[in-house]
Amino acid sequence: MYEIVDKKILNEVTKMLVVQAPEVARVCKPGQFIMIRINETGERFPLTVADFNREKGTVTLTFQEVGKSTKLLGSMNVGDKIQDFIGPLGRPSPTDKVYGTVVAVGGGCGSAIVYPVARAFKEAGNKLIVINGARTMDLLIYRKELEKISDEFYETTDDGTCGTHGFVTTVLGDLIKQGRKIDLVFAVGPVPMMKFVAKTTEEAKIHTMVSLNSIMVDGTGMCGACRVTVDGQMKFTCVDGPEFDGHKVDFNELMERLNAYVDQEAIANEEWAKTHGGAK
Amino acid sequence: MADGEAKPKKERKPPTKKIAMPEQDAKKRSHNFDEVALGYTAEQAIEEAKKCMQCRNPKCISGCPVEVPIKEFVGLVVEGKFMEAAAKIKETNSLPAICGRVCPQETQCEASCIYGIRNEPIAIGRLERFVSDYARLHGEPLPELPGKIGKKIAVVGAGPAGLTCAGDLINMGYDVTIFEAFHKPGGVLIYGIPEFRLPKDVVMAEVQFLEKLGVEVKLNHVIGKIRTIAELMEEDGYASVFIGSGAGAPNFMRIEGMNLINVFSANEFLTRVNLMKAYEFPKYDTPVKIGKRVAVIGGGNVAMDAARTSLRLGANEVKIVYRRAREQLPARIEEVHHAEEEGVNFNFLVNPIEVLGDEKGRVIGMKCIRMELGEPDDSGRQRPLPIAGSEFVLDVDMVIVAIGNSPNPIIPESTPGLKVSKWGTIEIDEETGMTDVPGVFAGGDIVTGAATVISAMGAGKRAARGIHNFLNRE
Repeated sequence: MYEIVDKKILNEVTKMLVVQAPEVARVCKPGQFIMIRINETGERFPLTVADFNREKGTVTLTFQEVGKSTKLLGSMNVGDKIQDFIGPLGRPSPTDKVYGTVVAVGGGCGSAIVYPVARAFKEAGNKLIVINGARTMDLLIYRKELEKISDEFYETTDDGTCGTHGFVTTVLGDLIKQGRKIDLVFAVGPVPMMKFVAKTTEEAKIHTMVSLNSIMVDGTGMCGACRVTVDGQMKFTCVDGPEFDGHKVDFNELMERLNAYVDQEAIANEEWAKTHGGAK
Repeated sequence: MADGEAKPKKERKPPTKKIAMPEQDAKKRSHNFDEVALGYTAEQAIEEAKKCMQCRNPKCISGCPVEVPIKEFVGLVVEGKFMEAAAKIKETNSLPAICGRVCPQETQCEASCIYGIRNEPIAIGRLERFVSDYARLHGEPLPELPGKIGKKIAVVGAGPAGLTCAGDLINMGYDVTIFEAFHKPGGVLIYGIPEFRLPKDVVMAEVQFLEKLGVEVKLNHVIGKIRTIAELMEEDGYASVFIGSGAGAPNFMRIEGMNLINVFSANEFLTRVNLMKAYEFPKYDTPVKIGKRVAVIGGGNVAMDAARTSLRLGANEVKIVYRRAREQLPARIEEVHHAEEEGVNFNFLVNPIEVLGDEKGRVIGMKCIRMELGEPDDSGRQRPLPIAGSEFVLDVDMVIVAIGNSPNPIIPESTPGLKVSKWGTIEIDEETGMTDVPGVFAGGDIVTGAATVISAMGAGKRAARGIHNFLNRE
């Protein structure tokens, strides 16, 4: 059992949990993920690590409540225990290299996953530009943290309530148009966002890494639920990823596969709403 | 004028058959997940065991990869000493209730049975199952263990190979810790083989028995990620490591449409149902999809399991699609027979060439080609060849791919010095089970590629012996 030792409510749908898992914290690296099973009847689902503290033996998870499992996780409090916490899984981000200038792009909850990776890029000696985007100001997360580690910091909101009125690609496109030298773009967020970031950088031939959130069952390479097409090849997100070259990922297929269980997700959400009295 | 009196023919008894094992009715069982075979009663077991000739030089044991003292345990069954019989089996086999259910006895012990030359062989598997079930239900006592040697061994993977290796080592006096990647021990016994063929309670009871003997099981430990094999040996004080991590990665066909959303690996489909209990969704959170018309590609036991599970989840029609002929099916005859009884349809000499999907990525059919058998290939089986112009579309809305697994890359990638074949399997010394890294042993599917539960158990046994010899060399 893995105890929750801290909790923050970042906004209506985004929660941050700090979990005591010393063996995982000891070896965890930015870009890796954890498989979680909350309780005996729970499903296994992946969450990419938002941070870790080796001394305290903790791993931080920041996630958006979208389905029953994330809602249940979000309803847990300090002192509660998670039944299974398996990791670190997947390949770490390639942050031990100096690329030059790295642009880290976070969309919505993806900004939490961008954070430890961006920090590692910065610590490795890269110049770090961060673009933090969300639908509206209330949904922007990790604002102070990201600003603190970046050499240049931009924010965007779809509705213009904060920062640039537009998408993360608006700012990214401007930087490219200005002829800024960019050596690597690292983007995490909703699939359409990552798809458009990759599109934005394609012409300028800027190497672009994206972190995928495929559906997984075991998370260790055993089931193949997370298969994704990269450069025409079948890859497993869990063992070959979760990060891939954004110019080579078949995002449309990824979106289809992410929607495979919408009907069942609706049933589970309804059950959750019934038992927890919340609105759908 | 007969050329001699006709000698009176010696009356030979007609060949006997195994005492049939009661089973759930096929119609009824194809809609539930309860066990199909119901097991012998005590009377049936004794009657079957009485036929055993107690051969002076029995052949049956040589057909058993884990060297069960078959003659002795069957003799004890005749006397009604079921607990003693169970303890006798456990001297060499840590998982008898499992072997009694899933071993292909017809190609192993029973194939070597001398009584079986003229008759159906003694039903060794059914007897093994009976006595181990009897012992479990009547509270089997723990055997006396030798004194502790004071050396720790790490076993990676709580599947059949790892559990067997751990059982043998604890019986020799070693301290044993099993590191299991999943949240439940058992490996393929838990995630792969369905409840109706191997109840999960049976598996858990065998694991719990090992725990009572002192084996420690650490769940949620993906070795190669949370801890490397080098760390286990250099920092954590394990004198030796056994790798039994299995053939984890499912194979897909190299044809169009494999990533459509209603195409599943058998691993995924069975894991959702068996390990995650998706058949009880939404009580359990893991969902599973089921089509109305399901195609299962492949002809092994896993394909049979996937097909029979599909029926139980409510598919109207389930078709096995196999590129060779019935005679070449790698599945056990009993599994094929059960599948047919339950209504699974078999399409032999048919090979998929494309899975067809609609605009939302859902399966709407599977394009196939008919095959014919040509010359024998490397495996000695006749090679199936496509018949030009014989393409047709199978009307299905879900496809399960059960064409085997490749080794999981996590351990080979994280263990420098391991010799790995071009298929990704770990290479070992055939006799000792040791890899190229001194003190590190391996066995089961990670070495052989996907095989059977019992061959993995045999490998676990061999490695336990290899580890013991390695630690006592000179």
